Amino acid sequence: MIHPIPSGTRDVLPDEMRELRAITAAAHDVFEQAGYGEVATPALEYESTLARGGVAGALPAYRLFDEAGDVLVLRSDMTVPIARLVATRFEHAEPPLRLSYVAHAYRGVRPQRGQPREFLQAGIELIGAPAPAGSAEALTVMCDVLDAVGLERYRVGVGDVDLYKTLLDGCDVQGEARERLLRQLVGRDFVGLAREVEALGLAREATELLVRVPQMRGGPEILERLGGAAEAAAEGLRGLSALLPPRVAERVIFDLGLLGGLDYYTGAIFEVYDPALGVPIGNGGRYDDLLGRFGRPLPAVGFALTVERLHIALTGEERGR
Amino acid sequence: MSALGLTIAVPRGALMEGSLDLLDRLGIDTAEVRANDRKLLFREAGIVTMRPSDVPTYVEAGAADIGITGKDVLMEQSEREVYELHDLGFGRCVIVLASVAGEDRAAEALRRLGVMRVATKYPKIALRHFERTGRQAEIVEVKGSVELAPLTGLVETIVDLTATGTTLRENGLVVREEIAVVTARLIANPVAHKLKAAAIDELMERLRAA
Repeated sequence: MIHPIPSGTRDVLPDEMRELRAITAAAHDVFEQAGYGEVATPALEYESTLARGGVAGALPAYRLFDEAGDVLVLRSDMTVPIARLVATRFEHAEPPLRLSYVAHAYRGVRPQRGQPREFLQAGIELIGAPAPAGSAEALTVMCDVLDAVGLERYRVGVGDVDLYKTLLDGCDVQGEARERLLRQLVGRDFVGLAREVEALGLAREATELLVRVPQMRGGPEILERLGGAAEAAAEGLRGLSALLPPRVAERVIFDLGLLGGLDYYTGAIFEVYDPALGVPIGNGGRYDDLLGRFGRPLPAVGFALTVERLHIALTGEERGR
Repeated sequence: MSALGLTIAVPRGALMEGSLDLLDRLGIDTAEVRANDRKLLFREAGIVTMRPSDVPTYVEAGAADIGITGKDVLMEQSEREVYELHDLGFGRCVIVLASVAGEDRAAEALRRLGVMRVATKYPKIALRHFERTGRQAEIVEVKGSVELAPLTGLVETIVDLTATGTTLRENGLVVREEIAVVTARLIANPVAHKLKAAAIDELMERLRAA
């Protein structure tokens, strides 16, 4: 007999579960040692709660009504529920707060790619720790988890969602032109970006910067020889780079065009890559405005690793060995 | 893998010749690819060959690090998460709205019936074009020769790619509107763009110098 399950969901059998469990156990140990207490929140939240975080990049997969007629959503990540939890349950607690989770999240998918609607995330939220020290701590915990689970060839892309906006300010690009340029960058279209920048008729130096800088990625040396308006734009990343311990710094690839997909990101953002997988294994970043939307303005940073993707990368690395 | 350690998705069909010529100029040996018309995977050269519309699929998933395909394919698959790195310039075509020569039956259908029927292999591009120009259209997706559709009365008009306009003319169709000019583009997987940054930048350098 075949009894179907909803598209984008799946069953996990013992062989796979054993390996997933090993990953989450390693993550738990690292979180615990770093002082990140584990929390759980309901899988369901009010739609109005999740809407405070914005939904671009984390489109909810499932909505339903409860018996009172309220609209409920299966959480699309853990960051927004934890922001809610901190604002209500830790209203007067002295920051910084260090919280961790291993929990399922649910997102709508783009069709025909075999993407899951339900997936397991392991991550932390560090609340009340401003940049750059808080970001450096989050990156360090993230690398410690990846090391602990045994991933060897991973790298971490680090960018800054404000970098290009600061650069646009420095080149005095405002209004609709600014939106057009940002749209090309969000769409990862460097051909379109060059075309739009050239159409603005700016001075040669500004034109060159606006096209070249977002395509730069590499070690900390790329933050040093930027010139002009880009000098100030990379200030945040230089500060972060200076605080990274060597074992983290050697994993980092600075990416000056990285924008991150989520609405609530404000400064530094991260993505985890492994040569065994064509998509990021996890991501994170600063969200200094999100807690304020819940009435407890605190700077914050966090990351989430997708456990199933981490598992694919691990098996891929093993096969390549 | 190629000299640069990159796996490159190369489109079969109209863009293949230009793509192989370009790769030769960039110092990637394509002799084996040219000599084997049926083989699809060339490990030594780091080349995989496929339909142009499959290139974004392979590159997005990381099965190929970079790829060459038409801008028409990228416009139709605009939700693909790939970097568009460079306009390669060759393979220039125009996406056009065309209909049977003589009185414009599409205009008449729009005026009297409120909607025109459009056959195309590019349903998203067509739909966006009609939305942008404020017209109602019924999109009929076809896989083969689009020119046949207005001749048989399936639709009043078509949205299709044309290089010289010869096929349109031979079937008694005329271009009514130009929607977009497209050329071949170089695209990259977002993870490879970071992990193989040096190789991709080196390739871009050679491209600019070529």
